[in-house]
Amino acid sequence: MPYIPHTEQELQEMLQVIGVNSLDDLFADIKTDMRPKSFNLPEGKSESELTAYFENMANKNKIDFVNFLGAGYYNHYIPKAVDALALRGEFLTSYTPYQPEVSQGTLQSIYEYQTAVCRLLDMDCTNASLFDIGHALFEAGMMATRQTRKHTWIIDEAINPIWRKMLATYSANQNINIITIPHNNGMSDKEALIKAIDDSCATVMVQNPNFFGAIDDFTDVFNAAKAHKALGVISVYPVMQAVLKTPGEIGADIAVAEGQSLGMPLAFGGPYLGIIACKQDLVRQIPGRIVGKTNDLNGKEGFVLTLQAREQHIRRAKATSNICSNQGLCALKSIIHMALLGPEGLIRTAETSMYLARILADKLTKLPNVSLLNNAPFGNEFAVKLPKNAEELISKMAEHNFLLGFPVGQYYNNMDNVLLISCTEKNTEEQINNLVSTLGGLL
Amino acid sequence: MKTLFDKSVKGRVGVIPAMPQKRAEEMLPQNLLRSKKPNLPELSELDVIRHFTQNSHKNFSVDGNFYPLGSCTMKYNAKVLEHIASLPGFTQVHPFIPQIKGGEKYTQGALQAVYETEQLLCEINGMKAFTTQPMSGANGEFTGVMLIAAYHKDKGNKKTKIVVPDSSHGTNPASAMMAGYEVINIESKDGMVDPDALEAALTDDVAALMMTCPNTLGLFEKHLPKIVEKLRKIDALLYYDGANLNAIMGKMRVGDVGFDVVHLNLHKTMGTPHGGGGPGSGCVGVSERLEPYLPVGRVVKNTDGTFKLSFDFPKSIGYIAPFLGNFSVFLKALAYINRLGKEGIPRAAEYAVLNANYMRKKMEKFLIVPYNRVCMHEFVSSPPEGMKALDLAKALLEHGIHAPTIYFPLIVHECLMFEPTETESKETLDHLVALMEEFVAEGSKNPAYLHDMPLSTPVRRLDETQAARKMILKQEEN
Repeated sequence: MPYIPHTEQELQEMLQVIGVNSLDDLFADIKTDMRPKSFNLPEGKSESELTAYFENMANKNKIDFVNFLGAGYYNHYIPKAVDALALRGEFLTSYTPYQPEVSQGTLQSIYEYQTAVCRLLDMDCTNASLFDIGHALFEAGMMATRQTRKHTWIIDEAINPIWRKMLATYSANQNINIITIPHNNGMSDKEALIKAIDDSCATVMVQNPNFFGAIDDFTDVFNAAKAHKALGVISVYPVMQAVLKTPGEIGADIAVAEGQSLGMPLAFGGPYLGIIACKQDLVRQIPGRIVGKTNDLNGKEGFVLTLQAREQHIRRAKATSNICSNQGLCALKSIIHMALLGPEGLIRTAETSMYLARILADKLTKLPNVSLLNNAPFGNEFAVKLPKNAEELISKMAEHNFLLGFPVGQYYNNMDNVLLISCTEKNTEEQINNLVSTLGGLL
Repeated sequence: MKTLFDKSVKGRVGVIPAMPQKRAEEMLPQNLLRSKKPNLPELSELDVIRHFTQNSHKNFSVDGNFYPLGSCTMKYNAKVLEHIASLPGFTQVHPFIPQIKGGEKYTQGALQAVYETEQLLCEINGMKAFTTQPMSGANGEFTGVMLIAAYHKDKGNKKTKIVVPDSSHGTNPASAMMAGYEVINIESKDGMVDPDALEAALTDDVAALMMTCPNTLGLFEKHLPKIVEKLRKIDALLYYDGANLNAIMGKMRVGDVGFDVVHLNLHKTMGTPHGGGGPGSGCVGVSERLEPYLPVGRVVKNTDGTFKLSFDFPKSIGYIAPFLGNFSVFLKALAYINRLGKEGIPRAAEYAVLNANYMRKKMEKFLIVPYNRVCMHEFVSSPPEGMKALDLAKALLEHGIHAPTIYFPLIVHECLMFEPTETESKETLDHLVALMEEFVAEGSKNPAYLHDMPLSTPVRRLDETQAARKMILKQEEN
């Protein structure tokens, strides 16, 4: 019997201790008319049958594409040591660290994760992670609403549309008034954002680089927010953050990020890592688990889950959020990833990705009728206008083994010919040359 | 205790990528760049390996320790599941591919995995449809309550309240609040929902009742058929918190007995590891009347047997996850279900209940078992008068066993909640029982004996008040 150790003799001894005759006697509370109407599961598989079944399933996915698709989720290199450490049973098969005496491995790792996140984003505090960035953006909005007691959220349309869709779902029944400020040809319309901020506004949310890859300085937007007692929320890309002006320097109150690029594979959508960090005055508004340092009764330093009075298992309906778990193992992967790369490694990753994106942009715009969408500075991703429908071209390029990028028109009006394309340090100049010549043949 | 940052040596490198052709300041204007490098640790690869390997030794885990943590279902997490989830054919798939035109043909395996997960969970639970999007149990609760809200809104029902028993998990009322409802708490009586209190709470403006069954006392809810009947009368829905599904798999299907929404905790019931606090998977199943509101995108099977991703569900509540949820996690659950199959799934429930009852019978001799009758997969108990649940829990840690859940549910005095799971052997249970008996005996003679525990763990009892007061939540930069 897979994963059940009992021998027949042990079973009989245990039934006798309990005082019942059979296993089913233990389920007498579930009356006959409540028993399953059907239970048509497959027969159990041996371990080797199971492996073969799933290897066959995995083989139905094509994974040898040359990849230039990002759109918020990037194909960076993950050092082999990340999984070698994170998948150790001591980390993998432990629970939320409720018993700190026997959870210092997990707790210290989260403390180190919290430290690294604060330093990367230049913020004062963070938590033990959230599910993903869409969720983090929602929680950032709720933090702003609790802190300011205001319900209007101003959202830049140049924030990743998937995350904005999540925001809409999560805030639907919270009496939140979302005002979306249209982008200006792939650039954030800062003037319109500033103009939209008034005293009713709880937060203004922007993304840097934005969904179209454009990089901007939002200092003036956040200054305007401060003037109206609204909180500035910025969504950033952790790898690019190694070189870009920090949320702290821009004057953000809350920074969020999708941590996938710090050691998690794309894995068809997850698990990923929701990063949220804030200024000190918001620490009690942060949802979820937080680890703090303290001492044991001998004075020895150690770590515990702290500020639990905010949480659902104590406060129930009055909690800051319903969050119970975090993405513990993903946070662990990200701190291992950051420790392995170090500051210089993370910076080089960003720079090589950016450098390759520039080569790509140069070569693409030499093709007839292909031009950059705008003149904004960009990092490793940018939008280009094509002479044909982007979706069609992406589809055709896939037949030539390229993931060309993301069709912007899928989420934005009147942008059917716009392609969002990115590089990571895993791409090569040779791949870029092949991509450009293949695409050139299709235009 | 040195952190990564204490061990950092300026200029030391680990996995360092090649020098870029250009540096950032050659590519972007200065006013867009950060003024100083992020102060991350500088370590060699071996430094990092040693650091985390040594820290891992400071953790209890299912792999290393019996972990009878009530309500958490800390069963063995089979290694083959990890192997399957790590196959490059699954890990290397970009989630946007099925959204590009014709892209579904490149991800048939991944879409099949989602589809089969949904189908098998439907069959195990007797539900009409499932979504894999929710990323944890609490996230599943939120999703479920949003579905309930969408249903009532669509029908034009004016509903403002959700009823929650006092024995429920704290996430239930918190999730109901997040979905915009007022929460009505009802008290328990004899370990069950009190039918009179429920009757009084069930006014016309009640949208749903959230139930955990078996409940957090480890007891099967005997009044279930009556409860279903009462709810139907006021068009209120019945929500099933699947935290305790491990007790009833194959014995009862929640859809068959009248539940409209269920969230599962695959990281509990279906043997996927907890990862020190996540990632989990909180798949949600619904009855026919709630199906139109499920989150998008959804995996649809074509007539030719292939799969596609569809967003064409106009009544959907929208996106709960950016894509289809924590794919790698529910993939392990799918593998687990396939490993155990038709016979193994109910057998897991049977042996989980066997183990819990065996421990209950053994421990009733020296612990107070307030609801001392046949329990499901877990049971609650209290120490003899004057003894602390916390002290007993800490004494177990000293002996290499993880503590049970303590002080939950709140309605049990000095609660110790044990959930052994089916994967533990008789001698493991006997060992725990013998230790507990010894602690109770020693503790009644000499209270300090327990109060000093644990003695030899990596740290001893920690000052949580100091942690909350001083709030040292990160290491300051030098």
